[in-house]
Amino acid sequence: MAEAAPLLEVRGLARRFGGLRAVRGLDLDVQAGTIVALIGPNGAGKTTSFAMIAGFVRPDAGSVRFAGRDITGWVPERIAHAGIVRTFQITQPFAGLSVAENIRIGAFLRTRAPAAAMEQARALGSELGLAALLDRPAAALTVAGRKRLELARALAAGPRLLLLDEVMAGLTPTEVNDTVALVRGVRDRGVTILLTEHVMQAVMALADRIHVLAEGALIATGPPRQIAADPRVVEAYLGAGAAARLADG
Amino acid sequence: MMALLLPALVGGVLTGGVYALVALGLTLIYGVLHIVNFAHGSLLMVAMFGAWLLATRLGLDPLAAVPLMAGAMFAIGWGLYRFVIGPVGRGDDRGVLLATLGVAVVLDNAALIAFTGDSRSIETPYALQMVQAGPLLIPLAKLVAFAGAMLIALLLWAFMALTDTGRAIRAVAREPEGAALVGIRPARIFALAYGIGIACLGAAGCLLLPSFYVSPQVGGMFVLVAFTVVVLGGMGSFPGAVVGALLVGITENLGNLYLGESLGPICVPLLFIAVLLVRPTGLFGAVR
Amino acid sequence: MTGAAARTRALALALAVLTLLPFASHSQFFVNLAMLTAISAALGQAWNIAGGFGGLTSFGHAAFFGLGAYADAILQTRYGLNPWLGLPAAAAFGGGAGWLIGTATFRAGLRGSYFALVTLAFAQAFGVLANSLDITGGGSGILVALHPGAGRFQFTDRRAGYALAVALLALATLAAWRLSVGRFGAHLLAVRENEDAARALGVPAVRVKSAALALSGALTALGGVLYVQSYLYIDPGIAFSAERSVEMLLVAMIGGAGTVLGPLLGALVVHAIADTTRSLITTPGVAPMLYGVVLLLIIGLLPGGVVRIAAVRGDG
Ligand SMILES: Nc1ncnc2c1ncn2[C@@H]1O[C@H](COP(=O)(O)OP(=O)(O)OP(=O)(O)O)[C@@H](O)[C@H]1O
Ligand SMILES: [Mg+2]
Repeated sequence: MAEAAPLLEVRGLARRFGGLRAVRGLDLDVQAGTIVALIGPNGAGKTTSFAMIAGFVRPDAGSVRFAGRDITGWVPERIAHAGIVRTFQITQPFAGLSVAENIRIGAFLRTRAPAAAMEQARALGSELGLAALLDRPAAALTVAGRKRLELARALAAGPRLLLLDEVMAGLTPTEVNDTVALVRGVRDRGVTILLTEHVMQAVMALADRIHVLAEGALIATGPPRQIAADPRVVEAYLGAGAAARLADG
Repeated sequence: MMALLLPALVGGVLTGGVYALVALGLTLIYGVLHIVNFAHGSLLMVAMFGAWLLATRLGLDPLAAVPLMAGAMFAIGWGLYRFVIGPVGRGDDRGVLLATLGVAVVLDNAALIAFTGDSRSIETPYALQMVQAGPLLIPLAKLVAFAGAMLIALLLWAFMALTDTGRAIRAVAREPEGAALVGIRPARIFALAYGIGIACLGAAGCLLLPSFYVSPQVGGMFVLVAFTVVVLGGMGSFPGAVVGALLVGITENLGNLYLGESLGPICVPLLFIAVLLVRPTGLFGAVR
Repeated sequence: MTGAAARTRALALALAVLTLLPFASHSQFFVNLAMLTAISAALGQAWNIAGGFGGLTSFGHAAFFGLGAYADAILQTRYGLNPWLGLPAAAAFGGGAGWLIGTATFRAGLRGSYFALVTLAFAQAFGVLANSLDITGGGSGILVALHPGAGRFQFTDRRAGYALAVALLALATLAAWRLSVGRFGAHLLAVRENEDAARALGVPAVRVKSAALALSGALTALGGVLYVQSYLYIDPGIAFSAERSVEMLLVAMIGGAGTVLGPLLGALVVHAIADTTRSLITTPGVAPMLYGVVLLLIIGLLPGGVVRIAAVRGDG
């Protein structure tokens, strides 16, 4: 398998919170143009890993390379400029701004002119099914609407690598299907994606490769079919009492 | 220099004792309600005027007025939280900050209307008495204030540690939702804790009056001192407030000694800025 | 939506006409009142840029006012500079101080109430310095010699003073308006609403907040210059008083923080209170006490400020 250098290379990433080792030595590659999933039971360290990659949490050890550059220890805004944009599992809208203004903040990353940025924001918002809500305050959105807004804002920033942290949690099955199609469309436009998700059906449908995290450590890596059959993975989930989720998927 | 240094240190410790009482109320309010009570200095001013009125109109010695003023200030604090700061601030950081600022503005100016801008003090038989301690002459009023402050701090600690109400307050401080589940009503506890914090000011006002002037501007002078103490000790920490108060008292006195009366007062604001920039958790951190 | 926009435009027009009225007046008393109101509005607007649009609740903006005033007074009395040069000098000092204070405090992660207290501490520290240094004349302050004439930036006709106050108000309002339409302003609002989300989208939060504080500080310092040039005197109590900081905040909060027209309305309300009470009761403290009451009422009942009555959304 002679592959080009990966777009994202994570090596030995680790972080403690007091006595808790939230992430212990994460190794992970993301090839350009692919969708990679990071899964694992609650508290496995997925969000913490994303936060370290995006510069929000300082790693205790390890390195992150992006597009050939070592970005370990960079501040979040610099990482965003370099091309990595994350969404937040607990949605973080700019509550006092309208939906369109929210998306425009993302668009401003690549477009300086206010009018042009607004035009992009409205177009993108409409594409993502927020057309009717563009002028409403973001605080008025439902859970599904907020998840959409997270995605729209991140996309507006024109990322090369998109980190999606559970953008499907709390959505109805129809909404999940829509979002799966949407994420695939984003990938087809050339954006590389690293995502975490508890909705297994979505992960299986989307991911080219899956990494499984349990209690901060990587326990399995491979294509979806192989991961689904891996007894260690099933055990990790069952151990955490999340078997139901697998069955759902 | 030693001849000046020692009295400055002792003076700092004595002043610090009363600062501790002022700051304990502030740190209690922060620890339980997680709000910055900007009206603290102004409420201290109210307490000092209360003690002044009792002394000049009724001839009540400030030390004897401590329980009365603590009770009165508790009622004022409780009512203020229940009817003004709570509803106006709506629990949001900026709302509460501005609500307590509004209260401070109203109180300062109400005092200005009632008492004019003049500085006032009282005469007590012990005002000029000194206690000889080795080479030192210590003003009796300050010594008594220090001892009183430490005693009240101890009582407050005992109240928080040993009584059911104290335990309920600490439970709410740690976990408001959890406390609500076991039947404690956080809103009540908040008003109660605010009242107790302000009651400390009632005592502090009485203890301060024999050795300090009172004027409507006194609140503005004390507010940053109180926050410096609390931030230095760690917001929400009781032992921190006491140690912080002694350090601030000493810093102030050494500042006046080495920098002079005019430049010396820069020490408190500089200390405050330095602590927040370098070690915002303070010396003791806040144990939640 | 268009209804609110139209009402906002009408309000802006009404305010513009109102500022022109005093030029037609021959009453020095009335023009003087108008000048004080315009300066309050300008200072409130300057505060609003950091405190309203940026959500940076400062309790110590007198620090910038005083720096500007002393820069102007010292440069002309000690170094013989033309007082007009006090304007750029003050802007540089005020802006520089805003940038430095902002960078230091925001890097340390101070927000909300802590930021408010730190700014208060800076203002107090500056006040102590002004009170004890030789260059500031210590507690007795600095007296500027009387040299009436446009060349010396001293005007005997109050209408000239009023024109300068209106010019500063226009400048500050222009800056606020630019914030409400531009990219920098959008970044500032984003940081105010949710700092983490803003940073994830590439907004350099510390830099944006520091720049807002610098802009706000520079404009406030210009207000200090106007003060010195109209009263020809400054001392530590006038320059760095807590009352000045609080008044700037009050004007913006009462009118409507984070809106372009709010501080103008706020200044009108505050001065209406001041002037009516002054004509009825002479006891000092009545008007400021009422400001406190109005602040509590506004925070509690109308958090968007008076401007919300005129325009549904305050972004006009
Ligand atoms: N800031 C923090 N301080 C202390 N502990 C933290 C912090 N952030 C995360 N943790 C802990 O680290 C562990 C990993 O958390 P993380 O949020 O990364 O898990 P996750 O895999 O995203 O879980 P979930 O599926 O529930 O979102 C958890 O035990 C969490 O409680
Ligand atoms: Mg997570």
